[in-house]
Parts: sequence; structure tokens; C-alpha cells
Amino acid sequence: MDIRAIRETLYRWIFAILAFAALVFLVGIILTLLKESWPFFARYSIFKALLGHSWYPTAEPPEFGMLPLIAASVAVTAGAMVVCVPIGIGSALFLHELAGHRLRAVLKPTIEILAGIPSIVFGFFGMLIVAPFLQNLFGIPTGLNAFTASLVLGLMAVPTVSSLAEDALSFVPKSFREASLAVGANRWQTLTRVVVPAAGSGISTAIILGMSRAVGETMTVLMVAGGAAMIPRSIFDPVRPMTSTIAAEMGEAVTGSPHYHALFALGLILFLITLCFNILAEIVSRRFRLKLGLGR
Amino acid sequence: MTRARINEVLGFTLLWLCMAFCLFFLGAILYFIVVRGAPAITWEFLTEVPRRSMTQGGVAPAIAGTFYLTLGAMLLAFPLGLASAIYLCEYSPKNASLNIIRLSINNLAGVPSVVFGLFGLALFVKAFGFGVSILSGALTLGIMALPGIISASQEALTAVPQSYREASLALGASHWQTIKKVVLPSALPGILTGVILAVGRVAGETAPILFTAATFYTRDYPTSPFSEVMALPYHIYALMTEGTRPEQQTPIAYGCALILLALVLTISAVAIVVRQRQRRSYGT
Repeated sequence: MDIRAIRETLYRWIFAILAFAALVFLVGIILTLLKESWPFFARYSIFKALLGHSWYPTAEPPEFGMLPLIAASVAVTAGAMVVCVPIGIGSALFLHELAGHRLRAVLKPTIEILAGIPSIVFGFFGMLIVAPFLQNLFGIPTGLNAFTASLVLGLMAVPTVSSLAEDALSFVPKSFREASLAVGANRWQTLTRVVVPAAGSGISTAIILGMSRAVGETMTVLMVAGGAAMIPRSIFDPVRPMTSTIAAEMGEAVTGSPHYHALFALGLILFLITLCFNILAEIVSRRFRLKLGLGR
Repeated sequence: MTRARINEVLGFTLLWLCMAFCLFFLGAILYFIVVRGAPAITWEFLTEVPRRSMTQGGVAPAIAGTFYLTLGAMLLAFPLGLASAIYLCEYSPKNASLNIIRLSINNLAGVPSVVFGLFGLALFVKAFGFGVSILSGALTLGIMALPGIISASQEALTAVPQSYREASLALGASHWQTIKKVVLPSALPGILTGVILAVGRVAGETAPILFTAATFYTRDYPTSPFSEVMALPYHIYALMTEGTRPEQQTPIAYGCALILLALVLTISAVAIVVRQRQRRSYGT
């Protein structure tokens, strides 16, 4: 074997090994979360933790009922979806159907700019501008609550949903549209009854990934959601989702204390939720690509 | 007008409104941050250390901290990300490993930022003993940026026409020579724009550095990779939630938000413009 062939093989191996970095990090994250949350699950029953109503991690004895935190995450994420699904898909349809070449060339980067704004800036804006505005508008005791968090979070997730949904729409073959117009349907009928159903699972992927982003978002909810660890009774109650609990309490939790391990357990639950969303998105999008004959 | 026509008009109006709402929201954020942040920006604000427990002086150490963290993250993520993309696109392994790697990248991209923070805390800060430091924060941010860099590099590599590779191989160049001399140079602008976009994202991240790198109050610039740092995004958070003088801290926070926003948006705007030029360059 000459020197060149050896070098070729060597490079191939180096790249192959480095390519597994993503896998190594993912497995590392899973192992770390398991290892650090294990002491918590060894001491407290999983069911009690998941269904417990009171989260008093610094009381004596501490109580680690995670239901208020999980309920808060679910409530805020659901609220965010109510905002971002119509607006995200609406703006994607606008870009696909109504915007001309010029307008698209301006609007697509603009949406991308919205996606590039750091979450801390969204949180800051929500805290100082949106919250006081809504407080006055509805005459409620505090603007920092589940409703405001949902609104800001939903608007944050719009670019994710919008750009993925627009991609899905652009994969629909032109012939579908032409066939529909040719049999006399107007543009709106074509869009809602032919193009959108054909892109359906691609749009679902966009929604699932938007949800995954919303449930894992930290800084915005930390600053805007109000931070009370109670099961919300109205949409204007302050809440404390899982992400903001971890972010707010890890700083003061003593390393190795039950509180420390409980926060890792929350992290593990959060990780598993987003993992499910991502796998679901993967399955749906694969089906979509097969349906339109796009291969992988 | 027929009913179908009325529906069409109504529907299209609704789509216009959705788009207009996005633009309105973006406009509102930019307007408030710029108008309220601008008065805080002075030469002193950008170049001096904070004074009187964060109520006066500048935020220069926070700007420097964000710079170091971002630089460190890129030093990790860029070589790894590029190598992964080269393997996936150029060597295109036809077996299970391709699927496994692709799945891990997708799932790594979906991990919540605060979970990266937990990972960095347990591994780099505690287990490796790096402490709360630039090093721990940069490693955490680098891992977080990896999936983005891989997909951007992949996009750039697949955009290189197949004929370039075939021409090079036909001239007798080896596989590696083709990658190094032909594929990488023509994909380079695309790869770099991906990296620039990732820089913009990393610079604005807060949750991963909360427990791995950031501190609210230092009067000094960091001296080694093992010192804890101030960082712009964390500084905004800390000014709003800690300290005792909100009326003096809020204007400073607006100033920080404006600097961060200007930094991140300039970086992304440059990347977006360059990428649009690049996409046209192969005539697609």
C-alpha cells in the first residue's frame, strides 16, 4: 500500500470518529442527567413526585411535588401554541401564496431576524413592556402571569413554525396546484383543500418542533411567568414552569443536596418530553417525505 | 360576489393580518429597545467597568465576557461540526452509522438550553473541576452550537455541484485531495455564514451559562480561562432580578439589551445577506 492510500484511509477514519461527537454528547447528557437525578428517585417515589401538589424544596422536611411545575409548563406551552400556530402557519401561507418575489426576498430574512433575537431580550421586553400593558388592559393584579408568558413565548416560536411550514409548502409539487386551478377551484380553495392537506404532515412537524422549542424555553418564562409554584386556576395566575424552576433555584441549591438532585430530575423529565417531541417530528416528517416521493 | 369569492377575500385578508402582526411585534421590540436603550449608550458605558454595585459606570467586562465565551464555543464547535458534515456529505457512509449520527444531531438540536446548563454544571464545573469559568461555559455553549454548525456546513457542502467532484476525480485527484482542494474552497462561504449565524445565537444564550460561567458582579476583566465572567445576556437578567436599585438598574439593562440586540442582529444580517448571494452563485 502506498503512502497516499494510507493517508486516504487515515482521513476517512478521523472524520468518521469526529462525526460521532454529536452522539457522544447526546449520550453524555442522558447519562449525566440519569446519574445526578438517581439519588432523588432512589429516595422519593416517582409517582409521589409527579403527582405531589406542593413544591417546597427548602422547607424542613423539603417537599418535591412537581405537579404545579409540570402543569405550568403544559399550560404555558398550550397557550403559546394558541398564539403561534395560527400566526406561524398564516404567515407561512402568506409567504407561499400571496407574497411576490420581491416581498418574499424581504420578508423571509425579516422572519429569520425575529428568530435571531435572543430569548433574554424577549423576556426583558415581555417583563417591561408587555406585562405592564396587559396589566392595565385587563385590570389584573400582576402582568407577570401564564397569559403573558404564553403570548410572548408564542410569538417567539412563530419563526420556527413559520419557516418550517413554508418549507413543507414549497415541497408540494406545482402540478397539484395547477390541477386544482384547472378544474375551476379558486386560489383560496386550492390552498386550503389541496396544498395544505398535501403539506399536512410537514406542517405538523413544524408545529411539533415549535412546541418542543416552547416547552424548553427558559429565560422568557423565567422573567415573565411570575414564578409562583402553584397549580394555575386561571390564565392570569402567576406560574413557575419546569425550566424556570431549574434556572431560578440551581444557583442556591447546595451541591449533592436533595434539592440539587430534584432539579436534575426535573431536567431529566424536561429532556424526555422534548426527546418525545423530536422523535415524533422525525417520524411524521419521514412519512411526509415518503408521501411526496422526496426520499430522504 | 359568490360565496367562494367572499371566502377567498376573507382568507387572504387573514393571511395579510398574520404577516402584519409578525412585523408589528418585531417592530415593537426594536422600537422600545432602541428608544429606551439609546440614552444609556455612551463611550464610557462601552469601555468602563461597573461602579457602585452596578448602578453606574459601564459594562465593558460583560462585553469582553460574551466575546470570550463565544470565541471559546466556536473553537470547539467549528472543527467538530465541519468534520461531522464532511463525513456525512463526502464520505456518505451507506450503513446504520449515518442514521444514528443524523438522529443524534436532530435530537441534540432539540435539547432545551437549560438542560445544557445542567449538563455543563454536572460535568465541566463539578466532575472535571473547571469551576464556574469561561472554560466550562464555552464548552457548554460549544456543544449547544454543534448541531447548527453541522447542518449549515452540510447545506453548503451539498450545494457544491457533483460535477466539481467528478471533474477533480477524473483528473486523478484522490478523494481527500478533492475534498480539500475543490469541495471545501467552493463551500467555504456557505460554511462561514453558518458559523456566523451560530455566533449570533451563542452570543445571546443565557440559560447554558447561568450555572457554568456567569457572575453578576466583577469589577475586573477575566484573567484566565478559569475565571468567572460577566456576560451581556446574563447581565440583563441579573440587573432585572438582583440588586437593590431597580430605578437605576433598568436604564442600564436597556442599554445592555440594545448592545446585545445590535450585536446579534448585525451578525445575523451579515450572514443572511452573504448566504443569499452564495445561494445564487451556483445558478440555483
